[in-house]
Amino acid sequence: MRWRGRPCIPAGIRACPIRSAVIDQVIDVLLLILLVITAIAVVRIKSLFAVVMLFGIYSLITAGIFVVLDAVDVAFTEAAVGAGITTVLMLTTLARTGHKQAPARHSPALPLTVVIITGAVLFWGTQDMPRFADPGAPIHLHVADRYIEAGPEEVGVPNMVTAVLASYRGFDTLGEVAVVFTAGVGVLALLGVRRRRKGDGDG
Amino acid sequence: MDKNVVLVVFAKILVPFILLFALYVQFHGDFGPGGGFQAGVIFATGIILYALVQGVDRAMAVMPPAVLKPMMAIGVLLYGGVGIASMLLGGHFLDYGFLAHDPIHGQHYGILIIELGVGITVAAVMMVIFYAFMGEQN
Amino acid sequence: MVLLGQFNYWVVFFLMMTGFYVVIARGNLVAKIVGLNIFQTSVFLLYISMGKVAGGTAPIVLADGALYSNPLPHVLILTAIVVGVATTALGLALVVRIKEAYGTIEEDEIHAKDDSL
Repeated sequence: MRWRGRPCIPAGIRACPIRSAVIDQVIDVLLLILLVITAIAVVRIKSLFAVVMLFGIYSLITAGIFVVLDAVDVAFTEAAVGAGITTVLMLTTLARTGHKQAPARHSPALPLTVVIITGAVLFWGTQDMPRFADPGAPIHLHVADRYIEAGPEEVGVPNMVTAVLASYRGFDTLGEVAVVFTAGVGVLALLGVRRRRKGDGDG
Repeated sequence: MDKNVVLVVFAKILVPFILLFALYVQFHGDFGPGGGFQAGVIFATGIILYALVQGVDRAMAVMPPAVLKPMMAIGVLLYGGVGIASMLLGGHFLDYGFLAHDPIHGQHYGILIIELGVGITVAAVMMVIFYAFMGEQN
Repeated sequence: MVLLGQFNYWVVFFLMMTGFYVVIARGNLVAKIVGLNIFQTSVFLLYISMGKVAGGTAPIVLADGALYSNPLPHVLILTAIVVGVATTALGLALVVRIKEAYGTIEEDEIHAKDDSL
């Protein structure tokens, strides 16, 4: 990576000057606006099939935002999981439960009030958050520098996300895999896999 | 499914490439974006695509649930096994540096094996979940 | 730029509240799970937004060095997404079982059958 022709010295997270940060932010803002429009559509549309398909689009836009925010590994996962598997699972669920949604029987006033008050409190809280992409934000001042500077020598893996995931936080990841396994066992316990054959009505 | 000739033919061409790409993501995760989680999900997506266009029965012939159920556990055991192995070789749990004479090589082996474990478990769980959801309807 | 400094967080909290609204206002259980997923995705966005560094690049080591975004939130969210789909599947499986047991996935009708409200 070069900055105006001279190489950028890899001396920590705050070493190099800003590169194309404006473009990043413009694309980020545009995609976020698209995301908001999709989310509003999810709330307003009644057909559950349309809601599920919109959720697939929502996940794909999220994956795009992750790319802009430099999280390529995460974008990868979100595109495959959110737009792929989650959508398929929700569609198969709809095929088994029906896609008609009963009209709302309660007034939306109470949920709206709760949501607006909670949202206002959270919005108030953002005033204390660091500015977007601020290199001096607290999150960048502790372990991240160590992972970025020492990671390639200690672990010898260029992809720092893999190094942190598999080596520095390996114990954490073992737990996550165990959770995925447990969820799989839970689905098996609830539904079970039955091989379908012709004339084999109840499986 | 008979009507969607384009879909069936195109999916048939696409599936091997999706599976190959999953393996690339699995074993190239140290160097580029990727790793066990992504690879497992992409592999499962390939099989799910096959099941959606060719029918679940044909997908189950390729990836039988009886094989996938043990695979769910084998991945976690592989991951934990690396941890136990590094303990037996004198390190802490999941301390890959002890897996080879050179700590950096040990790290490489450790990460490769545990990512494989993650990939196996995630792929098997995703496929089993899909089979479970496709189970009884027509 | 300074004006939009908090824009990501505003959108995150808007989406969070959208998901929250769907969960508490809709009676349909599948819609509730979609709402939970929107809520969950907003949390992913919050973490990834915090990890971004202005002018940074993806945290994969380049030959001559560069400014990298923070890899730690990426790791946390990467695993959270896969765990999220596994738990979503568990929730959907429960919905399917509820449909088999009650014949409906509308909250009101389930309460009416149980006399629980």
